[in-house]
Amino acid sequence: MKTKNKNSDKNKYRICSAAVFILCILLLIFLEANKYKYSYITGILVRSAIYALVAVSMNLVTGFTGLFSLGQAGFMAIGAYTVGILTIPVAQRPAVYYMNGISPVIEKMYMPFWAAIIAGGIFAAFCAALIGIPVLRLKSDYLAIATLGFSEIIRAFIASPQLNKITNGSYGLKNIPSFPNLYTIFGICAVCIALIVLLINSSYGRVFKAIREDETAAQAMGINLFKYKELSFVISSFFTGIGGGLLAMFMGSIDSKTFQIALTYDILLIVVLGGIGSVTGSILGAFLITSGREWLRFFDEPLTLAGINIPLFRAGFRMVIFSILLMAVVLFYRKGIMGTNEFSWEAVFNLFKKRNSAGAGSGRSDIQDNHSDDGVKRILNDREA
Amino acid sequence: MLKVNGLKVNYGSIEAVKGVDFEVKENDIVTLIGANGAGKSTILKTVAGLIKPAEGKIEFMGDDITGFETSNIISRGITLVPEGRRVFPDMTVLENIKIGAYLRKDSLSNDIEWIYSLFPRLKERHWQHAGTLSGGEQQMLALARALMSRPKLLMMDEPSLGLAPIIVKGIFEIINEIQKSGVTVLLIEQNANMALNAASYAYVLETGRVMLKGSGKELLADESVREAYLGKNRNEKYVN
Repeated sequence: MKTKNKNSDKNKYRICSAAVFILCILLLIFLEANKYKYSYITGILVRSAIYALVAVSMNLVTGFTGLFSLGQAGFMAIGAYTVGILTIPVAQRPAVYYMNGISPVIEKMYMPFWAAIIAGGIFAAFCAALIGIPVLRLKSDYLAIATLGFSEIIRAFIASPQLNKITNGSYGLKNIPSFPNLYTIFGICAVCIALIVLLINSSYGRVFKAIREDETAAQAMGINLFKYKELSFVISSFFTGIGGGLLAMFMGSIDSKTFQIALTYDILLIVVLGGIGSVTGSILGAFLITSGREWLRFFDEPLTLAGINIPLFRAGFRMVIFSILLMAVVLFYRKGIMGTNEFSWEAVFNLFKKRNSAGAGSGRSDIQDNHSDDGVKRILNDREA
Repeated sequence: MLKVNGLKVNYGSIEAVKGVDFEVKENDIVTLIGANGAGKSTILKTVAGLIKPAEGKIEFMGDDITGFETSNIISRGITLVPEGRRVFPDMTVLENIKIGAYLRKDSLSNDIEWIYSLFPRLKERHWQHAGTLSGGEQQMLALARALMSRPKLLMMDEPSLGLAPIIVKGIFEIINEIQKSGVTVLLIEQNANMALNAASYAYVLETGRVMLKGSGKELLADESVREAYLGKNRNEKYVN
């Protein structure tokens, strides 16, 4: 009887997942058909998807391997500039590099966007590998400071006058072609996130988690700490680079200021709010934060109620509200929206059930009760049996 | 099986282990006992490759393994159950068990069955986060995790630490069972009584040196050991 229930529950969850998936596809088809009419919403969703990808890859390092790295903006910059340099149409390049001229090396170097995105990812991963060798010997806050520093170095390097003929220095790059359609961008993000999830669920993911939990114990299991930290850092940077490349294509024009520390903090905010160590949390956080900022624009406009001009409603007020909301979330959901859990339909249905039948003990407290301290006796009984 | 000769280990300028010799024979239970700071844990960590020795030689099954990488040492069949259990708290019990077999490439299902038969408790709780287990259960998990690498030599750092006496008894029963299944055990303990009763051979360490050695029974009967570690006849001689 119980197993039957379980199976029917599983089917129910599967139907829910399929329904949500189909809804997303339909929404995508609808937006693709009416791109120009809904360009505002589309823009927010695309940015959310890109941030989700970067947040998930940051979560791989921070949440699953326990390395507090703040180098995201730097690796995004590498990916973005690689994509920009490789995909600006050759005919338009003189116009982009009108101030300093273009280096003959890259003048005719052109790639289709998908190849450029992969190249951006690989280049970011390569830089991460080099940076990782000295930096990953550090722990916790020190690692964060060092990666933050490297991220700024990358940015300063890109903006330096010596690289004017390659990165166009402080003028930035423009005329970066956009995506052929919405399916491409959402498809790329989804595939990349799926790859990261596969990695996390593999035996590699288990090793990453072991390192996060206890480095000494992990080492005592024979795990080569440096090798796996470096692996996690490089893979995360690869996908961050891809995210940066996508961002460059989405924005069309980039300069080094796009990749300031504030961008890393945006991503960090998403990861923390969504739940450190939860992939679905990061995705949820990316969409909530990116769109939340826009929806709150309502507070930026003057508001007149019954002839009275309500004070405070003026430009910038939405950021105040946004900050208060964030503080509330951090105070009341200390581990983020999802904690270290992943989204499951079971949890959603249980939430409704709990609401409907208040007073019935939740599953979790039952577990706690089960293994309270009478364990002492039970262990011995088990031993004798 | 394991031979340690003239082992010296330094932490910076402090000499923690000052030339220790000991030997572990195949399929024995050998214990190192001693007070805090005697260098017991340091010796185990050095054998496991977590710390590099300053001097001395460590030989395992005839091969010199001094200064080797931990992964190399573990794949040769030495496993350490670290002090204070150190299970991975936010991973499930099953994940913890599986990570113990990290260096093995073959199928694990038989070993997991064996572990479950040894620790039925862990089977019941395989889906739970290891951090939610009780202390005794965590020690069992740490043991199970170590056994998953199919060690020839199992080294345990204070398995009784922070556990109720009745659970300690259970743990030692399991250690005996493991030894009967053909695994050699090197055990360090502050709980000298328990350790000496279980061990076939024992070494007493004091501030980085071996002070006494002998079979477990001999040391249990030894007057100075009784005074220092077993709480018998604590008199002025020891205080001074």
